[in-house]
Amino acid sequence: MLDVIKEISGVNPRKCMKCGKCTAACPAFDEMEYHPHQFVDMVETGRIDELLNSKGMYYCLSCFACVERCPRSVEPARLIEAVRTLALRKQGGDHMTPDMVPGKLDENLPQQAITSAFRKYRK
Amino acid sequence: MQRIGVFVCWCGSNIAATVDVEKVAEALGQEPGVVFSANYQYMCSQAGQELIQDAIREHRLTGVVICSCSPRMHENTFRKTVEKAGLNPYMLEIANIREQCSWIHKDKLTATEKAVILGRAAIAKVQLNTPLTAGTSPVRKRALVIGGGIAGIQTALDIAEAGFPVDIVEKKPTIGGKMTQLDKTFPTLDCAACILTPKMVDAAQNENITIYSYSEVQSVKGFVGNFQVSIRKKARYVDETKCTGCGLCTEKCPQKKVPNEFNLGLDNRRAIYIPFAQAVPKVAAIDPNYCTMLKSGKCGVCSKVCTAGAIDYQQRDQIIEETYGAIVVATGFEPIKLDRYGEFAYFQSPDVVTSLEFERLMNAAGPTGGTLLRPSDGKHPHTIVFVQCVGSRCDDSRGKSYCSKICCMYTAKHAMLCREKYPDTDVYVFYIDVRTPGKNFDEFYRRAVEEYGVHYIKGMVGKVVPQNGILKVQASDLIGNRQLHIDADMVVLAAAIEPDKSARPLATMLTASMDTNDFFTEAHPKLRPVESPTAGIFLSGACQGPKDIPETVAQASAAAAKVIGLLAKDHLSCNPCTAQPDEWMCNGCSSCEKVCPYGAITYAEKDFRGPNRTTLRRRVAQVNPAVCQGCGACTVACPSGAMDLKGFSNKQILAEVDAICR
Amino acid sequence: MPLNEDFKPTIVAFCCNWCSYAGADLAGTNRLQYPADVKIIRIPCSCRLNPMFVLRAFQRGADGVILCGCHPGDCHYTTGNYYARRRMTLLFSLLDYLGIEKERTKVEWVSAAEGAKFAATMQDFVETVRKLGPNRRLEDLRCRKD
Repeated sequence: MLDVIKEISGVNPRKCMKCGKCTAACPAFDEMEYHPHQFVDMVETGRIDELLNSKGMYYCLSCFACVERCPRSVEPARLIEAVRTLALRKQGGDHMTPDMVPGKLDENLPQQAITSAFRKYRK
Repeated sequence: MQRIGVFVCWCGSNIAATVDVEKVAEALGQEPGVVFSANYQYMCSQAGQELIQDAIREHRLTGVVICSCSPRMHENTFRKTVEKAGLNPYMLEIANIREQCSWIHKDKLTATEKAVILGRAAIAKVQLNTPLTAGTSPVRKRALVIGGGIAGIQTALDIAEAGFPVDIVEKKPTIGGKMTQLDKTFPTLDCAACILTPKMVDAAQNENITIYSYSEVQSVKGFVGNFQVSIRKKARYVDETKCTGCGLCTEKCPQKKVPNEFNLGLDNRRAIYIPFAQAVPKVAAIDPNYCTMLKSGKCGVCSKVCTAGAIDYQQRDQIIEETYGAIVVATGFEPIKLDRYGEFAYFQSPDVVTSLEFERLMNAAGPTGGTLLRPSDGKHPHTIVFVQCVGSRCDDSRGKSYCSKICCMYTAKHAMLCREKYPDTDVYVFYIDVRTPGKNFDEFYRRAVEEYGVHYIKGMVGKVVPQNGILKVQASDLIGNRQLHIDADMVVLAAAIEPDKSARPLATMLTASMDTNDFFTEAHPKLRPVESPTAGIFLSGACQGPKDIPETVAQASAAAAKVIGLLAKDHLSCNPCTAQPDEWMCNGCSSCEKVCPYGAITYAEKDFRGPNRTTLRRRVAQVNPAVCQGCGACTVACPSGAMDLKGFSNKQILAEVDAICR
Repeated sequence: MPLNEDFKPTIVAFCCNWCSYAGADLAGTNRLQYPADVKIIRIPCSCRLNPMFVLRAFQRGADGVILCGCHPGDCHYTTGNYYARRRMTLLFSLLDYLGIEKERTKVEWVSAAEGAKFAATMQDFVETVRKLGPNRRLEDLRCRKD
């Protein structure tokens, strides 16, 4: 699983020197139970399950402040994104089948939302 | 036919772990011309060297091949070894089977195979070696020190003390360097000026030292023992011999709005100025970019008030030519520019300062007279946030990959001094790691925490936002696992340090190598830390890597010791691997003369005996072996193949090629 | 020509004494691996490389020749690498004309501090030459050992 995260994100958590600038820059700090620097550490030490089960990671705004300011180019936001992707993929299969479409149709619903709801994970 | 001995070194397990040394010795023993082959644990040890010497005597060896570490490491050691056994030192070749074989391969079979091939190439080369004798060249007993900071001053003083004349070239109008701008120095807290200015005066008064201030090195030619240097002495529009340093002109000059670089632009100076009260030489200089007289010809106040008549608006740059035996580089450092660190609001608020600026704000001779006041409104700051590692230890394009080494300590010093002078201030230091290796360094840092109550917080500042006269600091506290929001009055950034900008062009002039960060490279990272790989060039201070004052002074004296060792010699033995023309083949075309970077080749008319008792007068190339450095440019330029390089002859290199491709 | 996985090319690397040879040493000190096919010959300066040496290497069965020297402007002898650069540009285009693919020849600047660059360059170069297969064009078959 660790390797999958590294592959999706392209991030090497070992580059982290634990300076905490990501956490210092994070605007969603108060909402998260794990903070960007802990994130990196948890991925490195393999505590992925705790991460997957945390609500906090969905509060990441993907503002990329941490990516921008990280002095070691670790890019924590990409890691968070990768863990989210992993969570989605884990659920497996299709999110929606075609017969569910009529019930959900709504004039204000962007078409793209329906299309992306069809997206298959784990090809 | 040579009688060659092959000696394979184990280098403990460094070589023997990946290369089957016995097999190598055995295989190379079969090579034509090899009459003796052996392997031993440490060839460079006393016993190993004796093994070589005994074999030379016993087997009447005429050539020696040593399969060991890089020739850059021990070539000289082994040359001396064989010389002591009566062999010409240049009848030795080294096959590099450590750095270029055992250390880079894991498979024993492959590494052994490669070691044999490298050994064969060395044998093939030594077959064609001829005894060479080094000539000598005289040593000019005068040294040049480039840079007049504490490093340059200390080096110059030590060389002068030994009785050799030294010239210091300093680009600023005064010597003293960065240390003059400092307030107190860690870990003893003695004032920088109190310990530096006496040394500056010593340098000025020492009869062996000549200071060329406001000057730059323009070009360097020559080689160790004989560098021809031209120095550009920039026009300061003040006659140094007449100026008494009274400073009247600097008070009367009407051009008052010139940013004062000595105070890092925190206040202004005049267009004619003396950098600071203790400047050496204490001579005024006119800044041509701001002087109204020089720009438009209207003013002349300074020349009217100068009672010594020292002002000379007509002064021009002057070129000084001098010859030196050795050159010491002491160009020092510069804090990095912070324009890529927008998050710290350095350019948005005057209250965000670098540590060097803070140093000026604390200094009794600084723009605030030593009272710590905010640059924006001149009020006393109550909350100060220090940020460490700004631009240090970065692996992105914004900063430097290395640790700047001095910041941990000077920040502890600043924090401590703040708390001591103003106990009502809250001082926060955000750190990644606190690095305090050094005598009494960690104790100093602990004192800042324990006695002075500085808040050290493991974490980093994420952003600084100026708002209504205060600085909103958002930071992380990793141990408390919280985010901090501090309303600070001042933020001090420990900016990374980088080599002075003048170092790169200087390195090119000196052909001294630099690393990717533009720090000068030392000849050996551990064993020759103050010498450049280029002979005769020595390194002093932060131009070689980040350093604090004690280390700088230590290195400065070490460099001086090396220079003294060089200047104490009357003659240096030259590199005997010089170019040599075959006069019969030379057709006098001058191709070699044109490519020689040292002007070592000249042409002479010579008489040659022709057939039937005739005499032919021909123009042939002559190489001055004292000047030739042995690069070999001429050997390739020669269209008739008359020019060859001793020690790296065409035949020798071809033999190596053949041995490798066999 | 079929790609032979076992093909072990013979690569001759000429390294100047001041920068690239030291760079190669640094690669060793840092234990950076590169293929054993590379054999280094030390020359005082890149400008010592006589085109004759390159021709001889190919003649004797080398599959690739690489010259490493100081970065332009950093030559220990001030200008040597400029000469080398011009000479090799000319020689390599001539060799290309003769049928020695230009990928078999290379000039690279490696400073004494660039151990990693040295190893990476050698890795790349060996890989390129391995893909090209053995050099036959200039090889003097009388010199073959087998």
